[in-house]
Amino acid sequence: MDLSLIIMQLLSGIALGAVLVITALGLTIVFGMLGVVNFAHGALFMIGAYAGLYLASLTGSFWWGLLLAPILIGAFGMLIEFVLIRRLYGRSIDDPLLLTFGLSYVLVEGVRIVFGSDGIPFPTPPQLIGVLDLGIGFFPRYRLFVIALVAVVLLVLWLTLEKTRVGLIVRAGARDPTIMQVLGVDIGRVWLAIFGLGVGLAALGGVLAGPMRSVNPEMGSLVLAEAFVVTVIGGLGSIVGAVVAGLMVGISISLVALFAPEMATIVMFALMAVVLLIRPQGLFGVRGRTA
Amino acid sequence: MTHPSSGEALAKPAPGGLGRLLDHRVLLSIAVLAILPWLLPSKALAVNVLIYGVVVMGYNLLFGYTGLLSFGQAAFFGAGAYFTGIAIGRYGVPWFAAVAIAVFLSTCLAAVIGIISTRTRGIYFSMVTLALAQLVYYVALQASSFTGGENGLRGFTVDRINLFGLQVNFLDPVNKYYVLMAFAALAMWFQSRILNSPFGAVIEAIRENEQRARACGYDVERSKLVVFMLSGATSSLGGCMLALHLSIVPLDILHYQTSGMIVMMVLLGGARSFFGPFVGAASFLILEDVISLWTPHWQIFVGAIFVLFVLFLPKGIWGTLLDTLGIGKARR
Repeated sequence: MDLSLIIMQLLSGIALGAVLVITALGLTIVFGMLGVVNFAHGALFMIGAYAGLYLASLTGSFWWGLLLAPILIGAFGMLIEFVLIRRLYGRSIDDPLLLTFGLSYVLVEGVRIVFGSDGIPFPTPPQLIGVLDLGIGFFPRYRLFVIALVAVVLLVLWLTLEKTRVGLIVRAGARDPTIMQVLGVDIGRVWLAIFGLGVGLAALGGVLAGPMRSVNPEMGSLVLAEAFVVTVIGGLGSIVGAVVAGLMVGISISLVALFAPEMATIVMFALMAVVLLIRPQGLFGVRGRTA
Repeated sequence: MTHPSSGEALAKPAPGGLGRLLDHRVLLSIAVLAILPWLLPSKALAVNVLIYGVVVMGYNLLFGYTGLLSFGQAAFFGAGAYFTGIAIGRYGVPWFAAVAIAVFLSTCLAAVIGIISTRTRGIYFSMVTLALAQLVYYVALQASSFTGGENGLRGFTVDRINLFGLQVNFLDPVNKYYVLMAFAALAMWFQSRILNSPFGAVIEAIRENEQRARACGYDVERSKLVVFMLSGATSSLGGCMLALHLSIVPLDILHYQTSGMIVMMVLLGGARSFFGPFVGAASFLILEDVISLWTPHWQIFVGAIFVLFVLFLPKGIWGTLLDTLGIGKARR
């Protein structure tokens, strides 16, 4: 087994990890700011993939699907927050989790009614079909695009949170919502926007994963478990943690698949168990709040 | 639900009237289960209520009484079923020994998962239990020479069983029901004993206020681990019952959707109540039966009903009923 093969597999792992990072990021931002674990996150990821597919075929271009699906599903997420989740703030921390779990049943079955139970192929956009010669080997163009796009989205998110006034309000709101209200910030609107952002990121993850996985109503359940594993390893609520852990999980799956394919699905859970035994709060988690 | 409320678990004034009846909650529950096959439209449904009732009862010890929202109970339900099936089919173990072995091995599995997951708290615990249970699912999927992989476990049949020298035809639904009911009765007696013991008070204290329980000198971490194992053991017994009942074990039993179904059942019935799990299992299964008669998409209704319960009836059917009748919380 030569080195270039391992490097190519590493790159594959980064592409896989990039989708995980985006998906887990949505989960972790919503938890960090609202204290809500969104159990419907996987279902919304799946709906994002379907919306991307539908919008792409409607407009005739993958790019419109990629742009519009996260916005549309993000708005749908805001509706969910406004109608359902908002009622549960201040109640037991388990309640939003249970509610979103029930919601995931409704969403998955709703998609089955509209699109059927069978998987639908998601065509790769024509500009990104084929492979690129990297000197040491050939790598799918689409996967390189996914890596690049996720890097850009991460950069924009980071700049928004760290350098803008909006980011300042969001970070302060996560620390102490009461003080923010006293200062005249409508914290309800901030939470609405955060939940929409989290769901939008799930949908973006779904559209990006579309051409790499088959699109079917069950695709969200595996993703939910993966996103949980990433969030747990990185530390619940930690954005840096989600990025590091997402890449870590993606790369381990990819490398293990090279040597022992039957262990590929199991390795991330083993990774999580090891991290938890050493650091129950996750790599970048803060002790006390969750662990 | 796991709302912290000031020490209601520890104050146990004896209620009069209806409340006194619930002193005999085990006998009352057994009496209801004894006539259940004649109350429900089919014997098969009654058997399922028994099986899922026991599984959910085990889960209720963890979620209802200790306040630990696990999303991985399917691992123990499935382990009980798989171990029973493998012991009978592969090693020719007699059925009752197979059940004992299966419960023992599942409890060991619960110890391993418990050691890892009880190190975490709150929502983190839910995510970790879900992930570890999915690990069990994938292991069962990969170890197909033992478990049959995607096709599930086949090749073991329980048709004629030996009850202390008495041959019982297990294919007869009524016989089967009462044999399985004996298991349910055993599980109920066991759980009632746990809840009435000092340990039962400790786990309820942990639910109400973990810090205070720790300050009182209780070993919170070890209690959580022990309750996790007891809960896993009870749920695995339900798995054994399923294996005996179906003579196959579908892989789906280990999926996290099954864990979710268990959570739904406990909430529909009423967490923190003794008979709630059986009410929850029965209402879920009846709901599934009725709705799937006129649409294959029953899950959309079950999901919506569950959402409504979380929003408006968090104590579930049985819990709300007991509240309405004003029956003391201690005697649930």
